[in-house]
Amino acid sequence: MTTTTAGVIFILSLVVALVVAYRPVGDHLYRVVAGTRQSRVERGVFRLVGVNPAAEQSWGVYARSVLAFSAVSVLFLYAFQRWQDHLWLSLGLDPVVPHGAWNTAVSFVTNTNWQWYAGESTMGHLVQMAGLAVQNFLSAAVGIAVAVALVRGFARSRTGELGNFWVDLVRITLRVLLPVAVLGAVVLMLGGVVQNLSAGTDVTTLTGGGQTIPGGPVAGQEVIKELGTNGGGFYNANSAHPFENPTAWTNWIELFLILLIPFSLPRVFGRMVGQHRQGYAIVAVMAVLALGSVTLTNVFELAGHGTVPQAVGAALEGKEVRFDVSNSATFGAVTTLTSTGAVNSAHDSYTALGGMMTLGNMMLGEVAPGGVGAGLYGLLVLAVITVFVAGLMVGRTPEYLGKKIGSREITFASLYFLVTPALVLIGTAAAFATGNASTALNVGPHGLSEVLYAFTSASNNNGSAFAGITVNTPWWNTALGLCMLLGRFLPIILVLALAGSLARQAPTPASEGTLPTHRPLFVGMVVGVTVILVALTFLPALALGPLAEGR
Amino acid sequence: MRPPAWLAAHLAALRALLVFTVLLGVAYPLTLVAVGRLPGLDAKTDGSLLTVDGRTVGSTLIGQSFTDADGDPVPRYFQSRPSGAGDGYDPTASGASNLGPESVLDTLAVDPQDSTRSLLSQVCARSRAVGLLDGVDGRRPYCTPDGVGAVLAVFHADGLTGRITRVVSVNQTAPATPFVTSWQGVPVELAQPGEDYRAAGGLITPVRGDAPAHPAVPADAVTAGGSGLDPHISPAYAGIQVARVARERGADPAVVRRLVAEHTTGRTLGFMGAPAVNVLTLNLALDRSLPAR
Repeated sequence: MTTTTAGVIFILSLVVALVVAYRPVGDHLYRVVAGTRQSRVERGVFRLVGVNPAAEQSWGVYARSVLAFSAVSVLFLYAFQRWQDHLWLSLGLDPVVPHGAWNTAVSFVTNTNWQWYAGESTMGHLVQMAGLAVQNFLSAAVGIAVAVALVRGFARSRTGELGNFWVDLVRITLRVLLPVAVLGAVVLMLGGVVQNLSAGTDVTTLTGGGQTIPGGPVAGQEVIKELGTNGGGFYNANSAHPFENPTAWTNWIELFLILLIPFSLPRVFGRMVGQHRQGYAIVAVMAVLALGSVTLTNVFELAGHGTVPQAVGAALEGKEVRFDVSNSATFGAVTTLTSTGAVNSAHDSYTALGGMMTLGNMMLGEVAPGGVGAGLYGLLVLAVITVFVAGLMVGRTPEYLGKKIGSREITFASLYFLVTPALVLIGTAAAFATGNASTALNVGPHGLSEVLYAFTSASNNNGSAFAGITVNTPWWNTALGLCMLLGRFLPIILVLALAGSLARQAPTPASEGTLPTHRPLFVGMVVGVTVILVALTFLPALALGPLAEGR
Repeated sequence: MRPPAWLAAHLAALRALLVFTVLLGVAYPLTLVAVGRLPGLDAKTDGSLLTVDGRTVGSTLIGQSFTDADGDPVPRYFQSRPSGAGDGYDPTASGASNLGPESVLDTLAVDPQDSTRSLLSQVCARSRAVGLLDGVDGRRPYCTPDGVGAVLAVFHADGLTGRITRVVSVNQTAPATPFVTSWQGVPVELAQPGEDYRAAGGLITPVRGDAPAHPAVPADAVTAGGSGLDPHISPAYAGIQVARVARERGADPAVVRRLVAEHTTGRTLGFMGAPAVNVLTLNLALDRSLPAR
């Protein structure tokens, strides 16, 4: 079997697995977020937290709960890192520097998992498992909760109520993330992912050299890193590290875990609005964009254009033998199409156009299928914009799922779309204007790509890196931390405001002029609007970076 | 007295975070550590460690360097890929080179300590070294015979256009010989350490040369992996090392080749990943069955 054939079958097998999982996983998610019966454990948690699970929240209260929870989480994680030398399992490591601790606290709470540090030499085991991994669960649950609140906005009418954030948070964590994580962790352990509390084993190699085989509670963190589309590696090399991703099949499992929830959430959407076909339309948009991107990334990487790949004979720099070029390219595309940012190969050493695909995937706003929750709410906002654009073309008041898209709704949707491009482009410009871009390892167009990638990754809460850039400086850690914070919570506030505004409306009966939003025409239009909006926004920047380099 | 609403939300947040930290941050990972103690799973969760005569020599999953104290390859062992982790295969500093596909220009400082090699020159140097070690053709496209990137800085009279005024082989310094004597009629000079020919306006032009499109030294032998700890090499790279290892051990190459085959894994289920040879377990098997003379 040729390398290309094997790579294609690898992609198709993932597609089949996701198609099979769509209904059962989506239906389970639906029961979790729509159910009202609390288990004994959940009742205990609600008592400890001190919330009434039957109480509904308006969009404002829901948003304030999200923000309060995230603010407390950032402070807690910051303090945790600053005091790690006084705690157990610190491996003798120093407290994390203030600007670094701020960056990492924001990074993990915002589901970004941008890492300025090398895990094995910066974070003790306790900070990793009781600080960072906990946020891997919770930031994922927050994303799903916000998406569900938006869907409730479409599904409900004449109400101010969007559900209860605390109930959503607890139920999603306990009924979805935790059980799958336990199962997945055991599977990864079978593949060779380590799970221990060892500080490392010193060995003498065959030729008499020294080597420290690291330890750590990796499997438990690895699985939620993928399932929650977080991406923060236990070790610096992330999913390229043999202890995080030891075999070709664990690589498949990790890809499946990354895609599982984002691709199943449209089922929840369809069920909640009472029309499965609406869910199929949304998942079709995600699938078209994702398959296109995965295919192109594979084509560019396997073609191996560029001076060094031509000299080598393959784009193999930064890629592991057990994954080879194709499975690495697939991972690179998937990790940036979602908000994961885990890497099993060095994106910085991809061909110019292959690297541009990873950058472009993030610029799409991570909606195909996007991060857990964030992908669905991002795509629903784009669907709203599409309905509006279509309404302009035929001169009718646009509506989506029986809700009028009026000036209030389109204002929220447009502002949502503008947040990340503004952060990316202003941030990149600021890095060059202040001279901070000079820490890039590469020069010329590739150096611009590195800076652009960093801000795109942070603002879109992805967390992967064109790593050839020194970001452990106060300026970089502060600037990227701000981008992550604003890039996460401004959109969330706007989404919840949109949800509140939709929920208040009375349903508008469909008329002859209503655009059907479950047909291929609509799917094509959403794809088109997404690609065109992104192209108009970022093409000038891409022309100076990867396009100039790839010629 | 009830706390104001904003404070109540933050108190609920704090309590929720503490509950989750105990549950997800302590109970969950420790349960998994306990599960990992189960017989059969414990060897894996401990890091797939390899023990020879009661001495731990490494992990099947973590590659290592088979070099001597000077960093030169020990010829009786199969060699691993180049590594970007620390000084090579250092698990406390995992990572990749992160050099881009157009990293072709070396920075040659007056003090060689401050010089940095481009990715292209690293690839060329590795290819040449592997070729010499294993007795195969080490030439590659875009590489000079002395093992650096074949790259010219071409100066034109009017910036990007006009007649060529000067041509420098930017990665070669004295006493090397320029890889081409002249470029479009203009003699090629060697680079002077400390000069930046790109900043001076030279057009950076990699030169393909006449090396075969499919070099004898395989791709994985001249590139570093993503982790710097890659435990594998391709069957092709193992293949060109067989003759040398057999010679050093006074063994029949067919026997060595059979050992290589035993330590080669194919694609999982026929389509996942790529065929790969585990270098450490192969070398251990060699030491066991074919000890060096």
